[in-house]
Parts: sequence; C-alpha cells; structure tokens
Amino acid sequence: MTWLFHNLSYVGELTWLHLLQSVLPVIIGTVVSIPVARFAAVRRSRGAEGAGGASRARAGKARRGTVVNAAALLYTIPSLALFVLLPLVLGTAITSLTNVIIALSLYVIAMMVRSCVDAFESVDAAVLDAATAVGYRPARRFWAVELPLSVPVMAAGLRVALVSNISMVSVGAVIGIQSLGTLFTDGLRRDFTTEIIVGIVLIALIAVVLDRLVALAAAVATRWQVRS
Amino acid sequence: MNVVEQTWNWFTDPASWGGSGGIWIRLAEHLGYTGMVLGISVVVAVPIGLWLGHTRRGGNVVIGLTGALRSLPTLGLLTLFALWIGIGLTAPVLALVILAVAPLLANAYAGVAAVDPAVVDAARAQGMKEWQILFTVEIPNAVPVLFGGIRNAALQIVATVTVMAYIDLGGLGRFLIDGLAVRDYSRMVASMLLAAVLALALDGILALVQRMLTSPGLVKEES
Repeated sequence: MTWLFHNLSYVGELTWLHLLQSVLPVIIGTVVSIPVARFAAVRRSRGAEGAGGASRARAGKARRGTVVNAAALLYTIPSLALFVLLPLVLGTAITSLTNVIIALSLYVIAMMVRSCVDAFESVDAAVLDAATAVGYRPARRFWAVELPLSVPVMAAGLRVALVSNISMVSVGAVIGIQSLGTLFTDGLRRDFTTEIIVGIVLIALIAVVLDRLVALAAAVATRWQVRS
Repeated sequence: MNVVEQTWNWFTDPASWGGSGGIWIRLAEHLGYTGMVLGISVVVAVPIGLWLGHTRRGGNVVIGLTGALRSLPTLGLLTLFALWIGIGLTAPVLALVILAVAPLLANAYAGVAAVDPAVVDAARAQGMKEWQILFTVEIPNAVPVLFGGIRNAALQIVATVTVMAYIDLGGLGRFLIDGLAVRDYSRMVASMLLAAVLALALDGILALVQRMLTSPGLVKEES
C-alpha cells in the first residue's frame, strides 16, 4: 500500500494511458462497425419482394457471409501480432499510441461487427415496414426506429468487446507499450508482487466501472423496454 | 535492406528452422502448451457447464463468473503466479486455464440450456434417463454453441501462449522477445506472422472438426 502512495502520479499516468487505450478503440470500433453491420445485415421475412427478390436475397446472404467471415478472420489474429505487424502497413513505430489505438480498434471491429449484424437482424421487419407505412423516410427510420431497437443486442456485444479490450491493452506492455500492464512487466522484473496486484485490481476496477456505465447508458437508451 | 526483405531472409535461412531454438521446436512448444492448456480447461469447465445447462440452474452465476474472469488481465495473472509459484510451467498454465475457462463454461452452459425444452421433455417422456438425455439429446444439439466456445478458447490460448516467452519459456513468443531485446524488428515480424498463421490454421482445423461433429439435422436450417 505504501508503494501505491509513493507512486501515485506514476500509477495515475499509467491509468490514464490505459483508459485512453481502453475507451478510444471501442468508440472508433463501434462507429465503424455499425454502418458495416447495417450494410451486411439481412432482413428476414420480408413479404413481397417483387421481381428479382430471390436473387437479391441470395446476394444479401453472400454479403452477410463475407462481412461476418472477414470479421472472424480478423479476430483470429493474435493482438500482439497486430501490434507488431501493423507498423509495416502504417509506417508507425510499434509503441506509438496511433499504432496501438488502430490495432485495438481493428480488434474491437472484429468482435463488434458480428453482434451489430445480429442486433440489426433482431429488429422485427414488421416494425420497420410499419414505420415506412406511417411515413418515415429511410434516414429518419434508421435513427428513430431501427437503431434504438437494436441497442439491447448491440450493447451486449459492446460490453464484451469493452471488457476484453481493457484486459487486452495490458498485453502491449510486453513489447514496451505503456499502460497499467507496465506494472506487470516492471513488477516481474523487480520481483515485486504489490505492483502487479495494484495493476490487476485497477484493471478489474476499470472493467467493472466502464461495463456498468455502458449497461446504464443502454438502459437509459431503451426506456421502452419492460424490465423485470 | 528493408524489413520485408530481412524477414524473408530470416525465413529462407535454414538456420532459422533447425536446431534447439529453431522455428520447428518453437512451433512444437507453442502447440504443446496450447494443447495442454486447452485440454485442462475443457476437462475443468465443460462438464460443469453441461451439467448446469442440463439442470438449467445457476445461469446468473455462470454469466457473472465469466464476466469477472474476462476482466482479469492474463498478463497480470501470469506475472503474479510466476512470482508466487516460481519458474516452470505451473504458473503460466494456471493463468491461461483461468483465461480459457470463461468461454468454455459460458458456451457449454448456453448451448445446453438453449435446447428446446419441448425436445428435452419429449425425450424424458420416452423414458430416457437424465444422463441419456444429456448425452444423446442435449449435447448433440448443443454442439455448434459448445464448439464455438472451444474455438474461442483455443484462439485466446494460442494468442496468449506467445506471452509465455516473457517468463523465459519457449513458444513462438521467444523470437518476439529475443528480437525485441536486440532491436531486430524483422525477427519480431517473422514470429508474429508465424503466430497469426498458426492461429488461422488451428481455427480452420477446429471449424472442420465442428462441421464433422454437427448433426446434419442442425445444419439444414442454415442453407
């Protein structure tokens, strides 16, 4: 404990770096995933499609498959590998914040695209048709009906991505990227367990607090939901 | 000479592949660690998840526990256990098993609990015993979800085994740590390319196994 008080500013700075790497990629990843998923999502049970309905449905399914599989493929690549390989493409330094944020954003996209597709597909097609019937134009229908209705499933995926990302940030410490993970590598080098425990507790704390915040925000955004 | 060329040279140099610190040995170590951790995790988590799913109890506990496990940083556990338990395989294996248990437990539970209750009741009405229901009705129906958990766990393990080199063990991470120490970026790139290819191959093989194990009755719905 005394170690923590003597090193408050150091731990504070690492906490700030950790928060930055936890939150920014999740925001970027979500903002990218939503349009990609909307593009890929296939609306089921849409009555009369008119001429070419069947071939359009097949094209939609193929598009969904491509996007979801690409995300799954990206998810397969270890995060540490992304940290190291991305500079080849971007020309950044491995330990630069830009490189880390982009690598983690890619990882969040890999996790989020699937749940965003599921979220859009969870919206009842009849509700969307009803919105069109009462005069919603596509853009307004998306913002006022489709997006709000997909929030519950999306938020569940977001929470998993967020919590996974918070713990993943610390892995970067192995190759010298500063975060609370630095406490682990430093603690190991100095044979000092207190430092490691402080790191674990702080990371778990960040995960719990941010997870609750997202859950709360989702609940506020979906006031229409019946809660037991 | 740029990084891509250097990486290529490293790969084409026979000296990189053979010997006690060569690519083949590191690959074998990496796969060995991954297999061991996956095996232990499956034995620990899957039976519990299947049983809880069968009784349809403890759902909240499973969700809470897997959420809590997910928020624990594996690197933190790895370094902490390394200091507590000391050098050797026990510390990293323990840390990685804790990491892998979450998706296995959650998916085993969810897979079985999501089987249509009408199907389970029908089996019970036929006079099947509880263990028969679990093994011949619920588990076959749960294969896609259950295997999703196994694949997810395998991916997380194979990615995190890379970090084991940080506490002086082998695996493909060895090249990363050694390359970092001497500022040899091409060796780091090469090792991470290998790690990515290994993860892709492993996931591909598991996907094939999953397809073979999934009952044809479950696949039809998709097409």
